[in-house]
Amino acid sequence: MTPAPETPDLPCTRAESCVIACADTWRDAGEIMVSPFGTIPSLGARLAKSTFSPDLVLTDGEAALMLGAPPIATRPAELVREAAMPYRTVFDVVWSGRRHIMMMASQIDRTGNQNISAIGDHRQPKVQLIGVRGAPGNSVNHPTSYWVPDQTVRTFVEQVDVVSGVGYARAEAAGAGATRFHHIRRVVSNLGVFDFETPDHTMRLRSVHPGVTVEDVVQATGFALSIPDQVPETRLPTPEELDLLRTVLDPGSLRDREVKS
Amino acid sequence: MTDKRTTVDDIVGELRSGMTIGIGGWGSRRKPMAVVRALCRSDLHDLTIVAYGGPDVGLLCATGKVKKVVCGFVTLDSIALDPHWRVARQKGQVEVMEVDEGMFFQGLQAAAWRVPFLPTRAGLGSDVLTINPDLRLVRSPYGADSPFVHDPADADVELVAMPALHLDVALVHTNRADSAGNGQILGPDAFFDPLFLGAADRRFVTTERIVADGTLTDEGPLSAVVIHRLLTDGVAETPGGAHFTANPPDYGRDEPFQKEYAASASDPAAWEAFARSYVEVSEDEYRAHVAERSAS
Repeated sequence: MTPAPETPDLPCTRAESCVIACADTWRDAGEIMVSPFGTIPSLGARLAKSTFSPDLVLTDGEAALMLGAPPIATRPAELVREAAMPYRTVFDVVWSGRRHIMMMASQIDRTGNQNISAIGDHRQPKVQLIGVRGAPGNSVNHPTSYWVPDQTVRTFVEQVDVVSGVGYARAEAAGAGATRFHHIRRVVSNLGVFDFETPDHTMRLRSVHPGVTVEDVVQATGFALSIPDQVPETRLPTPEELDLLRTVLDPGSLRDREVKS
Repeated sequence: MTDKRTTVDDIVGELRSGMTIGIGGWGSRRKPMAVVRALCRSDLHDLTIVAYGGPDVGLLCATGKVKKVVCGFVTLDSIALDPHWRVARQKGQVEVMEVDEGMFFQGLQAAAWRVPFLPTRAGLGSDVLTINPDLRLVRSPYGADSPFVHDPADADVELVAMPALHLDVALVHTNRADSAGNGQILGPDAFFDPLFLGAADRRFVTTERIVADGTLTDEGPLSAVVIHRLLTDGVAETPGGAHFTANPPDYGRDEPFQKEYAASASDPAAWEAFARSYVEVSEDEYRAHVAERSAS
């Protein structure tokens, strides 16, 4: 992939565009648990909760619900907790559907299958990954989105090696038990935002981040994307959002470690 | 009341090669590491380990004790993937039954409730069903004309039949316990420890400290005594028994030690040194070596 062109005149960094894209994923979500994986999704969730989605429920990453939307670098001892949320209770929430997770994906494909289990033959993988974790259950029980901080033809692939999170074609083949609560809302990458709002539920380019071209995205995608005639840019942060992000939520710029500007 | 106090050596003495052993905790948190270390030193082999996997799984794989692992992941939390697990998998040294974390929970629950399976959506459409070809689906017997169907989409619905994960032995670690086998977890999450015990034929608790019967309420709230004595056959006092995993409020994860453990996976000389100091030694020697290490 060619590096993004220098765009010194942009009002925000690439990482900040990614935060905004993640935050918008939870706009109007109401009172649900948001489980963001990665620094930028975590910042997006905190930004959304601080502004347009105040009823969101966030955990402390351990076994409790966390009050408010504290800065990303807050030490665990300084967090204020509002309720207990041990893992056993997390499954109650997952299976109730009152949750929207944003997982990462080592591979994601055209119909929205995600792989975090293994690269190669599962019996003896070329590369062992973290494991399917809760991805199979999450994806058929409540809205699911994905975050890919390094979009390339190796992460956006025609077909993933081990289906962990379930995509549209697989869910449909599995029947009503799988499709009833299945919804992949968004895929956010370092280059743009994607959804599955096409007649056959294959991946569509929804917006490109400022400074990225449609051609950049195509070059970094290992399958045929659905591309509308007009591809909008990911919206810019408002001045208030940008100030909140830079001075309150992430003054140490941890976001830049996940996505370089 | 039966005094269930025992020792780690006596617990391991009861185990046999080929057994299915459930290990409590989650990732690199409150793992019964003193018993895991004793397992690593033993002559046992061909074990099936059932766990929300952490360094318990990694160490047992690295010492060649494991035939098969049932898990949804093997993580060290602050290190995403246990490198010893990575090596064992990429070399094809262990079999794996990899399932969704929630399916795993339901498998333990089914065993504890003595039913052969529990239905779930988790797993539908995923490769969990293709990499585990023995898993089966079950069709709901309640059709559209049934008075019990709340939503028409659930009529005759097909779900995963998660089989009971029956355990020969369960091993868990608590902050406190009494000699009758009641166990108290003072950290923020009991994880699935009571279910591991419920799913097993023989049930062992190791603990930081055994206190006099009836005095667990001096240590913390009664609601933290989530393991009652109907769930336990033996309890062994093992101070530091979860080291190097996190066991709040008694101690946090020993991150420098964990880094050394993780680094030993990619270098045979480093593994030899690690094993000499921390595996091929008694628990007392282990504790002495850990103390020396922290002091240096």
